[in-house]
Amino acid sequence: MAVHELSIKLAGEAGQGVESNGAGFARAAARAGLYVYTASDYMSRIRGGHNSYLLRISDQKARVHRDSVHLLLAFNPHAITAHLHEVVPGGAIIVDEGMRIPEDPVKAAGLQLFPLPLKDLAERVGGSKIMLNTAALGATAAVTGFDLAYVEGVIRDNFGSKKGAAVAEANLKVARAAYELAGDRYGRRFPWKLHAVEDAPRRYLLNGNQALAMGALAGGCRFISAYPMTPASSIFEWLTAHAQRFNVVSKQMEDEIAAVTMAIGAAYVGARAMTATSGGGFSLMVEALGLAGMAEVPLVVVDAQRPGPSTGMPTRSDQGDLLFVTHASQGEFPRLILAPGNVRQCFEAGYRAFNLAERYQTPVIVLTNGFLASSLETVDAQDLPFDEVRIDRGELLDAAALDGLEEPYARFRVTESGVSPRALPGHPKAVYTTPSDEHTEYGAFESEDVANRLQQQPKRMRKLEAARAEMNGPSLYGPGEADVTLVGWGSTLGALQEAVDELNRSRPGSANLLHFTDLWPFPASAEGALARARQLVVVEENQTGQFARLLRAETGRRPDHLITRIDGRAMTPDYILENLKEVALHVGSQAV
Amino acid sequence: MLDLKLYKSENKPTWCPGCGDFGILNAVKQALADLEIWPHEVLFVSGIGCGSKLPDYINANGFTTVHGRALPVAQGAKLAHPGLHVVAVTGDGDGYGIGGNHFLHAIRRNIDITHIVEDNLVYGLTKGQYSPTSAKGFVSSTTPEGAIERAVNPLALALANGATFVARGFSGDPKHLASLFAQALKHPGYALVDVLQPCVIYNRLNTYDFYEQRVYRLEEDANYDPHDPEQAWQRAHEWGERIPIGVLYQESGVPTYEEQVPALAQGGPAQRPMPPLTEAEREALLAELV
Ligand SMILES: Cc1ncc(C[n+]2csc(CCOP(=O)(O)OP(=O)(O)O)c2C)c(N)n1
Ligand code: SF4
Repeated sequence: MAVHELSIKLAGEAGQGVESNGAGFARAAARAGLYVYTASDYMSRIRGGHNSYLLRISDQKARVHRDSVHLLLAFNPHAITAHLHEVVPGGAIIVDEGMRIPEDPVKAAGLQLFPLPLKDLAERVGGSKIMLNTAALGATAAVTGFDLAYVEGVIRDNFGSKKGAAVAEANLKVARAAYELAGDRYGRRFPWKLHAVEDAPRRYLLNGNQALAMGALAGGCRFISAYPMTPASSIFEWLTAHAQRFNVVSKQMEDEIAAVTMAIGAAYVGARAMTATSGGGFSLMVEALGLAGMAEVPLVVVDAQRPGPSTGMPTRSDQGDLLFVTHASQGEFPRLILAPGNVRQCFEAGYRAFNLAERYQTPVIVLTNGFLASSLETVDAQDLPFDEVRIDRGELLDAAALDGLEEPYARFRVTESGVSPRALPGHPKAVYTTPSDEHTEYGAFESEDVANRLQQQPKRMRKLEAARAEMNGPSLYGPGEADVTLVGWGSTLGALQEAVDELNRSRPGSANLLHFTDLWPFPASAEGALARARQLVVVEENQTGQFARLLRAETGRRPDHLITRIDGRAMTPDYILENLKEVALHVGSQAV
Repeated sequence: MLDLKLYKSENKPTWCPGCGDFGILNAVKQALADLEIWPHEVLFVSGIGCGSKLPDYINANGFTTVHGRALPVAQGAKLAHPGLHVVAVTGDGDGYGIGGNHFLHAIRRNIDITHIVEDNLVYGLTKGQYSPTSAKGFVSSTTPEGAIERAVNPLALALANGATFVARGFSGDPKHLASLFAQALKHPGYALVDVLQPCVIYNRLNTYDFYEQRVYRLEEDANYDPHDPEQAWQRAHEWGERIPIGVLYQESGVPTYEEQVPALAQGGPAQRPMPPLTEAEREALLAELV
């Protein structure tokens, strides 16, 4: 446990400002030099339904949220019933005085209740009860001993430009009034405090979708065509918001089939083009994915997973599309799959995907999910490594090379690597056709000649050999040798790391972690790392252990245990630790 | 005018002898030659079907995609590289059936592409099933009692959606067809040329004879004004004793989609270099995150 660390949960109905206020406080904390990690939990409703927003704030790097809460801001009585059990003993609940609340269970749980006239303050000081939210933020700052100036700064920025100075000023007054009142009444009774960190380095607060979109932009992506689908939409929206400044062509299409095929058209003529969707949309894109494989078009597709099947749980998180995306589309063709695990890795995946797609002239799929998409993380400057971004377009023939061509250009020339030097349409010496049918080296189609097929199909598949060698193996976290090796991929990284830390704190050498970001082709270097593991426990967010199956198929190594989570809620260290206890009871019996 | 031989492909067409697709191929070459568009300056994007094999039979850039998807691929190519002439080639099944949604939206977008539909009123490549443009009552292997639905009227559909160029050609009149293609290629915006294309194997109803007895050229009608939407609407519904071919409708002065995209002011992303972000650009991005 970090020295200064606390978790705050805001809970209420959609439309009560749970998410916007949570994010506002997160920003204030980040500006105060603290590390923040947020997790939002909401239903697919615009108004009503139950929403919550969890902020973990710490002066140490927060890599994930935790299950326990110190301070609950309950915007309605249901929020108390729903989250009471998460609040730690001695923790507190801030509520509006006018709200009818179940007091007995609160007392029974050993919790403190901090009622405040939030609505009254909002009306009296600010002139509108909408500012109840602002009052709640002021009160939060007061009980946690947090410098109100940071909250004020965020209020100014949020309202100042959009709604004008008068609105900002009214909100500031409300925040100050609530701050004073709450401080007087409860400041001494709440033991967890947030102290601004003096001279903290410049840090950034963003979610995985923003990071991925930014990485893509840095990596030369200037084309996105998509169809909105939660939780992928914000990638599309981020690139669209930056379209004018960076000359990005951004196009909302009529459906996912159109979105992906438009991106294929753009990539075909030479743009770095991507599309972003979730599983349902990806299902529609499947035929076109194969087209990109056959036509050897460098296409980038993001699948931000949410629980299925079908429309599933639209606003929740999951890792259930892994085997689907590794096999999607008819026949066999090379594809690469990346699964970033945090903000930094999302940024990296953003530009790496394009380099890999162009180097291997084939589709690259980036697997993220609802959790990565919406969780804000504070990162240090080096976690957005613009300096490391390289734009590698692979074997792309430039105009000079094409001018000097002696022979007719063969787009699909059979090479040892499987990669054929690529010319973009538009040069007089490289006029060629690209069929989705099997084709010759020159792109002539209907070439169902046996000898030709036996050259072209293996040529394409050969790309996987070099890619497999190039794919990053799992990163090792924790001690080199441990009793138990946890294995995970993608979004569960932070939860796994903290679980490992906790295990080793109670018993050094008890656990380490192998975390995969490069999933397909399965990295060649994985085998060595896995061989050193004594007991393998695969942790993932699907029911059947899809990664465990992949691992076994690719390495022959049979994981010893499987910890799964399928409730749509993101993995937490607490969940892993709890389930590890179960595993220990059943050693050897839970075969995968 | 460029030499027609310039567009000669190494690959020999595999269409059935007498297929209407030959006339379309010849007319396309003629239009390119007339407009002096070199093979490397044009990109044909097709779907799947008999007619969609066309890119293989012409010396020009070509991308044969999957069934129904020529239009979005073509639009992506055009937006990424507006310098190319982009021609989408689809069948009636391809363009109005499986790709019907794309058709609807391509029209209203008005991206500067030419869309040629080889409309043989039947599915050729899959051996003779009825198509969206087959007449009600059309007997085929999948409609043995005759098609129950009414046929799609692509011209009316295009007009109703605000298409800025709508034409119909007949592949038995390749010279006229070539002039339609040339006009479509020159038209700034989405240009539809629906081509009556006899399938000599599977469509025994809409044959060369059938059309030759019925088609008439709109431009020979002195009273016809292709800028008048009401006249166009009326002729789009003329099908029976007389079938009009020619430019039904053209609206000039409508900006193309790409003209309205600020990101394309300096050319498409495929035409521009791909430099790393500048220091100022990075700083601006990072400043949003504090
Ligand atoms: C997704 C998909 N569904 C079905 C097919 C089979 N298919 C190939 S061409 C075609 C229809 C062809 O008709 P049309 O588009 O009118 O072209 P034509 O062959 O008549 O020129 C069909 C159904 C396919 N290739 N892909
Ligand atoms: S089946 Fe019909 S459309 Fe296809 S090639 Fe033969 S004649 Fe032409």
